[in-house]
Amino acid sequence: MDRRKALSSLTAGLMIGAGAVHTSCSVTAGDKSKEQSELDWEEYFKGNYKLMTQEEKDATVKRLVRSYELKTGKNISMSSKGSLDNVLFGYAFNISKCQGYMDCVNACVEENNQDRESQMQYIRIHEMEDGKSFNFNEADDNYYHEVPAQGHFYMGTQCFHCDNPPCVEVCPVQATWKEDDGIVVIDYDWCVGCRYCMAACPYDGRRFNWKTPEVPEQEVNKNQHYLGNRLRKKGVMEKCTFCVQRSREGKNPACVEACPTGARVFGNLLDPTSEIRWILDNKKVFRLKEDLGTEPKFWYFMD
Amino acid sequence: METFKIGLSLIKDSFFNAISGRRLYNIWMAWLTALMLVGIYCYSQQLEFGLDITGMTDRVSWGLYISNFTFLVGVAAAAVMLVMPTYILKDVDFKQSVLIGEGLAVSALLMCLAFVVADMGGPARLWHMIPGIGVFNFPNSMLTWDVIVLNGYLFINISIPLYILWMIYIGKKPNPKIYVPGVIISVFWAVGIHMVTAFLYQGLQARPFWNNALLGPRFLASAFAAGPALIIIVLAVIKRFTMFKIERKTFNKIALIVTVAAQANLIMLISELFKEFYAPTHHSESAYYLFFGLDGKGALLPWIWTSISMNVLATLVLTIKRFRENHTLLYIACGMLFLAVWIEKGFGLIIPGFIPGPWGKIAEYTPTLTEIGVTIGIWAMGAFIFTLLAKTGISIELGRMRYKKTSDVVTD
Repeated sequence: MDRRKALSSLTAGLMIGAGAVHTSCSVTAGDKSKEQSELDWEEYFKGNYKLMTQEEKDATVKRLVRSYELKTGKNISMSSKGSLDNVLFGYAFNISKCQGYMDCVNACVEENNQDRESQMQYIRIHEMEDGKSFNFNEADDNYYHEVPAQGHFYMGTQCFHCDNPPCVEVCPVQATWKEDDGIVVIDYDWCVGCRYCMAACPYDGRRFNWKTPEVPEQEVNKNQHYLGNRLRKKGVMEKCTFCVQRSREGKNPACVEACPTGARVFGNLLDPTSEIRWILDNKKVFRLKEDLGTEPKFWYFMD
Repeated sequence: METFKIGLSLIKDSFFNAISGRRLYNIWMAWLTALMLVGIYCYSQQLEFGLDITGMTDRVSWGLYISNFTFLVGVAAAAVMLVMPTYILKDVDFKQSVLIGEGLAVSALLMCLAFVVADMGGPARLWHMIPGIGVFNFPNSMLTWDVIVLNGYLFINISIPLYILWMIYIGKKPNPKIYVPGVIISVFWAVGIHMVTAFLYQGLQARPFWNNALLGPRFLASAFAAGPALIIIVLAVIKRFTMFKIERKTFNKIALIVTVAAQANLIMLISELFKEFYAPTHHSESAYYLFFGLDGKGALLPWIWTSISMNVLATLVLTIKRFRENHTLLYIACGMLFLAVWIEKGFGLIIPGFIPGPWGKIAEYTPTLTEIGVTIGIWAMGAFIFTLLAKTGISIELGRMRYKKTSDVVTD
């Protein structure tokens, strides 16, 4: 990526020049705003995270952390931890247990720093009528009444982290890809916002930042991952990452932890002793829209 | 050095040619400029507040911009329907209209690119797509194929007319051995830009409305109807307002192309309707939404039925030779056909793809004023560019603009 570097230093020089003019003319702007504009320009010219060396990853993480500090005076921690060997994450959802409380949805929003104003949610809970099979068309995914409602059952959907993800194929700039542990991630800084992946996803798993996302500073989850819950910007895609900032540290995603009924199970598919493997081996499991060949790593089962 | 001098002189001549014209021409260009300014203002609003100020949502994530983009790819491809007979079949009476057709293709392509950029969430990061400094996901992403074919087609359609006009400008005869190979490539390329754009949608298993083998061929048929229909209207305007002679025969021949394409398009429409409604499945719901509405929601109903009525009526008029050769009727039929295909291949194709959503949600889409402003601005830009290209081309062809070798071209 030498050409980009050359371009970057060229423009950085210009920026420092412009910054110098700006600072000399302004009383309030000081070293901080100069540093901020330098950080912004280095960030603008950085490459695709997927192709970065560990050094480059560390450098961008450092810039992002410093940038947040300059803007808010607060510190965040940001990880660039890669996938572990012999790990392939999978998820199972117990339809018999889910009561539609939506604690998972709220936990997800808080954990992953989604825009509060547009109420962006990765998880949708569909309220289905008994005796109508899995009829998503007539299900209600936006209810505000007391649950569980008489004569209904509940099914949650989110990104299924397909093994053959159509969203990854269509991205013109490889801003989204499947990690070795099976998590489908997005580089929020590389995404150009064409929304082709959104059209390609059969599961409504992707969300777009139509405006600048806002999270009140005191509500920001400061335990972040570059590919996970770090703060996003306007005009880029985002989605469920199985809480990569948690799962790669050996913890369950926030939705699993928050679920009061135990309907959600998460784990390593390659570990024969894991709960998820027990479910796959002993329960009658199924996946949604299997005919599309996307191979979701998200199974449903019943007691 | 000589080439450089000629180029400079050509640019200078074109510039002065562009800023001098009749009153009506000045009003037309001023009007287009005003519309472009409106578009620029609306786009600046969009840049500031994000795509939030469009009508698009997570449920319907492509709207007016991508609809117009899709339609205009068709208009661009249609230029080839004039190119082929002129240069390859030596059917000379098309010759004057070819440069117009290629000018139309260039303007339509520039509009396509503008619509795609307008739709981007991060236009400042578009350099991520440039091979070498960015990552170009070729051949996996059909969007990268589209980038290649559209830019390639733009290059071809700029270079052929430029060569021909250049030669006429310096008073030489264009050498067919140089431009005919380019013309042949452009014929295949035009079909390519169309198929690739169709594949963009056709390849998505998530959207049954698009995931349909007829999409590509239908794109071609409707484009070869709407594109030449527009060319007929443009030629009529040029004939009326300039000294440029266009024979009656030329109109009749292009009209024949429009007719055959419109007929093929109707046959495919019938085939599509039969498949969706004879034995409707879960996958027919988007078509139900488009043609009859779902759950009492039917924002597209007036549009699609207007489109189908105009489509059928225009095809009928064109099919009857006596009507087709009556030029007043021909212009009306072409106008109707153009609008009908704009609806059908524009938002009539894109929006139902998202309705119902992957989980059956029926959320409708209505464009906002800002979005409409940007769209009108881009159309005005296309018309502006086309007018400039056509005016320059016509002046050179009519011999009004010639390179003056001796003097340094003094203009008062």
